[in-house]
Amino acid sequence: MKHEKEQKTSATSFSDEIRSQLGGETIALCYQCGTCASSCPVAKTTERYNPRDIIRLSLLGEKQEVLTSGAIWLCSSCYNCQERCPQKVEIADVIYALRNIAIKEGHIPNIYSEFATGLMNEGRIVPISKFVEKKRPEYGLPPLRPAGLDTLKKILAATGFDKIQWKKEGTP
Amino acid sequence: MTSYALFLGCTIPARQPNYETSARKALTRLGIGLVDLDNMTCCAPPPLQSIDMETSLAIAAHNICLAEEADLDIVTLCTGCFESLAMANNLLRENPKLKARVNKILSNAGKEFKGTKEVKHYLRVLMDDVGLERLKKNVVKDLNSLKVASFSGCHLLRPSALLKFDDPERPHIFDDLIEALGAKSIWYRNKLKCCGGLLRGYADDVALAIARDKIVNTTKAGADCIVTLCPFCFLTLDLGQMLIKSAYKEEYNIPVIHYSELLSLALGIDPKELALDFHKIRLDKVLSKIM
Repeated sequence: MKHEKEQKTSATSFSDEIRSQLGGETIALCYQCGTCASSCPVAKTTERYNPRDIIRLSLLGEKQEVLTSGAIWLCSSCYNCQERCPQKVEIADVIYALRNIAIKEGHIPNIYSEFATGLMNEGRIVPISKFVEKKRPEYGLPPLRPAGLDTLKKILAATGFDKIQWKKEGTP
Repeated sequence: MTSYALFLGCTIPARQPNYETSARKALTRLGIGLVDLDNMTCCAPPPLQSIDMETSLAIAAHNICLAEEADLDIVTLCTGCFESLAMANNLLRENPKLKARVNKILSNAGKEFKGTKEVKHYLRVLMDDVGLERLKKNVVKDLNSLKVASFSGCHLLRPSALLKFDDPERPHIFDDLIEALGAKSIWYRNKLKCCGGLLRGYADDVALAIARDKIVNTTKAGADCIVTLCPFCFLTLDLGQMLIKSAYKEEYNIPVIHYSELLSLALGIDPKELALDFHKIRLDKVLSKIM
């Protein structure tokens, strides 16, 4: 009995944690019909990703597996699942919520550290190529306007984004 | 003249002067004013939403604040930028509590999101401010023999509840705008499916397999070219054919062209002015069919 109670507690607490995140509010409405998985271009391509499984494991409280198996980073954010879900589970948004939790707990794929560094240093996640920038006048393009780095830094400080530890962890 | 704040984003100025050049030339020729504002940053697209949704909403809202201060609606070229900005704009307008939460963050930077301006993808601007009939009258080149596979990318249409652009399952606006140029927009298998572009950098094998599906389906349907609206879709499908060649030993050579480039050509703008050498797959087959 004690074991069952512990399981229930961990399931409820992870579910509550997801529901308290922006985008994660609707996860508990899922009744596992599988419309998401059958609409998903990634699930059709690889067995490494299945949105229905991610929702189920999350509701069962399998927090470590969900956050560290790498599956949550394979959503291509196409929103097909979310458009078609008969229960109005905002599945793509739930995946964002799970990624937000994973990042806070230090599970950060390298490419996301690079995006964050680009944002903090240049205000853009894709760095401007000096080669292309120099060629702009040849095409009659106006000079690029400066990115608002000062204001951006204040926003990143206010949300705590700049406090996240962008360590190189490798692909989880 | 209707004028908009032009939101360029990162990928277009970083890698695709062909997109920017054609969009500026075509829109200006059709009487749309484009204003470049200082201090716009990254739009806060899916990669940033993945890191922290609250930060991404605040960054998107900050960009919209700059347009509000300039008293201009925003026009985007990239569908990714359209999604991030329009989603934030509509979400914050519809949710006062969230708006207050984001404004508390923005107050640290001396900004306030009001929600008084629109965020429009440039196809919406073409529909609203030019219209199909006037667009047709401006076409001077014959594109009748051109069969194109339109690919809007995911984030023009979805999430439809917030973007409100077109029917997410049976969209027609993009195809109407292609046919207004005289070209034939053809159907192909899995037309509305993703290009896989957002998985590049994390799972390149999966991204490439999904892109290959799109290349195979458009080729099988007999398209002369794929028409895109998003710089990520463009890269994934244009540069992607080089990667497919080396990973799968398959060669397709189907040209990928942005709608703004096709529009510029239809309006009679000289191809030499369009930076077309930034395409990996040569456009010769397309150019030869445009008289």
